[in-house]
Amino acid sequence: MISIRNISKYYGQFAVLSHCSAEISKGEVVVVCGPSGSGKSTLIKCVNALEPIQAGEVVVDGVSVTDPKTDLTRLRARVGMVFQHFELFPQMSILDNLCLAQVKVLKRRRDEAEEKGMKLLERVGLREHARKYPGQISGGQQQRVAISRALCMDPICMLFDEPTSALDPEMINEVLDVMVELAQEGMTMMCVTHEMGFARRVAHRVIFMDQGQIVEDASSAEFFGSPRSPRATQFLSKLLSR
Amino acid sequence: MNGFDFGSITGASPILFQGLWVTARITLTAIVVGILWGTLLAVARFSSVRLLSWAAATYVNLFRSVPLVMVILWFFLIVPQLMHSLFGNTVEDIRFTSALVAFSLFEAAYYAEIMRAGILSVSRGQLNAGLALGLSRAATVRLIILPQAFRNMLPLLLTQAVILFQDTSLVYVIGLSDFFGTAHKMGDRDGRLVEMLLFAGAVYFIISFSVSQLVARYHKRST
Repeated sequence: MISIRNISKYYGQFAVLSHCSAEISKGEVVVVCGPSGSGKSTLIKCVNALEPIQAGEVVVDGVSVTDPKTDLTRLRARVGMVFQHFELFPQMSILDNLCLAQVKVLKRRRDEAEEKGMKLLERVGLREHARKYPGQISGGQQQRVAISRALCMDPICMLFDEPTSALDPEMINEVLDVMVELAQEGMTMMCVTHEMGFARRVAHRVIFMDQGQIVEDASSAEFFGSPRSPRATQFLSKLLSR
Repeated sequence: MNGFDFGSITGASPILFQGLWVTARITLTAIVVGILWGTLLAVARFSSVRLLSWAAATYVNLFRSVPLVMVILWFFLIVPQLMHSLFGNTVEDIRFTSALVAFSLFEAAYYAEIMRAGILSVSRGQLNAGLALGLSRAATVRLIILPQAFRNMLPLLLTQAVILFQDTSLVYVIGLSDFFGTAHKMGDRDGRLVEMLLFAGAVYFIISFSVSQLVARYHKRST
């Protein structure tokens, strides 16, 4: 489904990503972790070309993301993305947030879009907040809205960029629960997260990054059981001793 | 001189109203055209096409570096010829038309700077969010970035409008009878110049001050 082939990205001389490769098949849940500044957020943003790369290729569902001839808007419409800071549109109601791209990009009728939006809000337990504005609900609720906004587009896969990092601790679980449910339904997911509990529970694989490189790519059982690289071992012990 | 006599104001009021109407039309036109054109300039400054961003920056810097009075005079001298070459015969009121053009183009430079700051005040994540949903860059800017930029900058846009309203009095250099010009002429005619100009000043003050107060109140509520 997602194929990252030997990609590199530089800011001047500094390599943010160097020679990263990974394969994510349909229905797989992959967690990307690593210390801050290791390039994991950059890696995930390369999948839908929010970050341009200098070398290598990314292919999503048979479409080359890095080919300049690719219609990126069409591709992005099929790849859902959830951001660390939610990025709901503050001037629009929750429901309008959910309908905007459905109407403008997928050309759905407004009533169709609203119906779909309400169904997904229901699913994340926020149906009664549809007419409110993002500023009027909590961070955890905003992130659940952001997830349902991405799901409105019927994505073929979902990208999560540290979805719980900006949340108060007591709100993390409400977001993780939605993500777990999504994973259990068979959604293809790539998640940058430090939530190792989540990784243990639903991830099929864990990719560990450090200094712009993929240091380890292992099944989650393997990764948590006996990480091969010393850096991953160190990282895990720090996280677990928190 | 036996004190002030404000009696002549009543008699001149129909003409004064005509003058105020001219002022209002120039102000409103320059606000609308200035904001639209200024927003386009602001967006152009972020363009990855170098020529476009350079041209927009040059326009803004040029207009912000010359006195408004001169711009008004320049356009008074240029616009008739321009009109002539565009439409053949001359337009009836060339002073008014040239003032509209001068103020619109001049104010656009200031509105462009305000809107540029407004665009910068919207986080980069909003652009990414729009793009990630499959919206084009242009659609994201139009539907997501600009409405927020506009809302964030509303107090500054209104303050600029108040300055513009006062600056319209500068059309006296091309002899156009706006509110100030009319008051001046009527005062001269009736031999009551001081009273008339005091009155005109009071009108400018009341309108400007009321709008400023509204802005201040809006600002307080929104922060």
